[in-house]
Amino acid sequence: MATEEMDGGRALIRALENEGVEVMFGLPGGAILPVYDPIIDSSIRHILVRHEQGAGHMAEGYAHATGRPGVAMVTSGPAATNIVTPLCDAYMDSVPMVVITGQVPTGAIGTDAFQECDTTGITQSITKHNFLVTEAQDIPRTIKEAFHIATTGRPGPVLVDIPKDIVDPGNPRSAMTWTDDVTIDLPGYNPQTEVDPEAIRAAAELIRASERPVLYVGGGILKARAADALRELAELTGISVVTTLMARGAFPDSHDLCLGMPGMHGNFTAVTAMQESDLLIALGARFDDRVTGRLDGFAPDAKIIHAEIDPAEIGKVRPPDVAIQGDVRVAIEALVAEFTANGTGDADRDAWRSKLSGWQERFPLAYEPWVPGDPLKPQYVIECLRDGTPDDTIVASGVGQHQMWASQYWKFDHPYTWINSGGLGTMGFSIPAAIGAKVAFPDRMVWAVDGDGCFQMTAQELVTATVENIPIKVALLNNSYLGMVRQWQEMFYEERYSEVFLSKDVPDYKMWAESMGCVGIRVDDPEEVAPAIARANEINDRPVVIDFRVAAAEKVYPMVPSGATNSELLVPPFQQDQPR
Amino acid sequence: MNIQGPDYRYHTLVVTVENKSGVLARVASLFARRAFNIESLAVAPTDDEMFSRITVVVDLESAPLDQIVKQLDKLVNVVEIRELHPGHAVERELMLVTVSAEPDRRDEIVEHLDRAGGKVLSVGTDRMMLSLVGPSARVDEFEDLLRPYGIVELQRTGRVALATLDDGDGRGR
Repeated sequence: MATEEMDGGRALIRALENEGVEVMFGLPGGAILPVYDPIIDSSIRHILVRHEQGAGHMAEGYAHATGRPGVAMVTSGPAATNIVTPLCDAYMDSVPMVVITGQVPTGAIGTDAFQECDTTGITQSITKHNFLVTEAQDIPRTIKEAFHIATTGRPGPVLVDIPKDIVDPGNPRSAMTWTDDVTIDLPGYNPQTEVDPEAIRAAAELIRASERPVLYVGGGILKARAADALRELAELTGISVVTTLMARGAFPDSHDLCLGMPGMHGNFTAVTAMQESDLLIALGARFDDRVTGRLDGFAPDAKIIHAEIDPAEIGKVRPPDVAIQGDVRVAIEALVAEFTANGTGDADRDAWRSKLSGWQERFPLAYEPWVPGDPLKPQYVIECLRDGTPDDTIVASGVGQHQMWASQYWKFDHPYTWINSGGLGTMGFSIPAAIGAKVAFPDRMVWAVDGDGCFQMTAQELVTATVENIPIKVALLNNSYLGMVRQWQEMFYEERYSEVFLSKDVPDYKMWAESMGCVGIRVDDPEEVAPAIARANEINDRPVVIDFRVAAAEKVYPMVPSGATNSELLVPPFQQDQPR
Repeated sequence: MNIQGPDYRYHTLVVTVENKSGVLARVASLFARRAFNIESLAVAPTDDEMFSRITVVVDLESAPLDQIVKQLDKLVNVVEIRELHPGHAVERELMLVTVSAEPDRRDEIVEHLDRAGGKVLSVGTDRMMLSLVGPSARVDEFEDLLRPYGIVELQRTGRVALATLDDGDGRGR
């Protein structure tokens, strides 16, 4: 067995290399300095961010796009607290991520030393697991455990806190012996991926008997790499599919069986199909409140099949009639095998299908057409972007109205082309997430769809993008407002607009973009939209920001008002007279 | 037996955890973060120094038992969770109590103590220190009996529990 004497810092970098890490996002500082020195000699590409939150979201974007764990490394104290938001974001959306934080030397822990904070304490409830490593010898095993936990079972973020003395070659406590055969030691961690055949048979029986079934598909499908299996199941059974905000792209929007996105801003057919269903087949979904609306009025007639890797999600919100605990791809493949062997049954679903197509006809996603003199319609911008970019374009969005419009009006036909912050709803997510995705796929087009409120939270990472040559493109839907908040104040607070107006002219986004080394373009009129996008698509040597000046009064429809049931879905005014 | 019925609002979980620093904090913070109520909690190393055992009595009015167990099980340092049926567990609690005891009242107090099965640990001029080990209900009763004499100081450990020997392999469910 090969062994080698080295210090903890070198061991940490080598352990990351051994995990197959190709890129990491970070920013050095006092406590993590010794680990930054061996990076110079490492095969790992390091992207120097401008704010640690950016590093975390970039790692998330990378993970969303590739399925591989994103890696970020920052120093102690304020750097660790700056990356708390991405950790929580990754926890809510089950994103595999490993974050390394520096810590003050072991002897100084607990003394309120300079840049000390209780990082593992702070992040305990927003990581899948975290570690404070106190011995250099434990570094390789801990890194191995961190990647194992982050990527298996229900994926999630893992934080590894590294005190300076165990990585500093000048400190005897950093001495350790590298060996290649490190094994993980996690007696309490055994995620179950296999599924119970009895549950599969019971689920198949319910499906065969159902006259109004809906496949309710969540982000777990993407985490389990189960999009192909899902398509096979849907086509074999002829059951329609709704893809949640976290699952957009998991099933092609262009497919006949696709009903689109359910939830608070889901399209009418997806929301209403779930609501009137007699059987929801939940696959890697967690009955989020944004999907269910008021829970006691959600899908009142539906039986529930819940296939899910995380036992704690089963029964947490809505008790299932059949629970399939395990990997959702394994579950789907088992269902496909069962139906292939024993048939899909002969339930009469004709009435249901005509109901679905009637809703699709009467309640398509739509907005009031633009008339001369109107400001630009944000939905139109998304449509132009959708139609003017390659099929495999990756779209990363921020949080708010622009996110909903992007999710609604894009046509997602491939998995892993949609990246957004669903559970936590983190404004400012899009630019760093887009950068992370572009780093993973430099040859593909990556667009960030952002709002002006979001843009001002993380725009500084465009400097990172320019300097590191990561030419993302940003479609800024600029309505001078915190648009979603404005919409709620208009609809539910009697148009009393409290602290939602940002500014009409400050900042000048074109100048700001240019000052960060990007190409800045400003668009006010509909006829300029497509040409501006075409121009942006031609630019590959630097990032591009297009400041689309869009209508502030535009609202996201449909909408389930907060606290209402999904049956009370509000459609746009011009659809209100349609029979439901 | 309906373990989630109204008769069993409090339920005992015996949780085996890795004996590492911060594990108790993880368990406690999980209960706080998920709004699960703890009635009592006792923790100590087991016969195997790699593991500690936490006996936690949970209040099922705050959350269903199933959720509490599953969320606990998600903690990486939690190795095993045993749910002890109230009727199938031996539960004990230790109470130490210092009670006002003028010489003329001591016989009375000792009588109560003998009946409950406790011990006199020390006797001062006007106080006695007593100990009692027993099921929590018996400890409650004894505490009530002492109250009129004047409790100076009192400390209870919270419950610890093991499955009864006739219950399967003696290791609970």
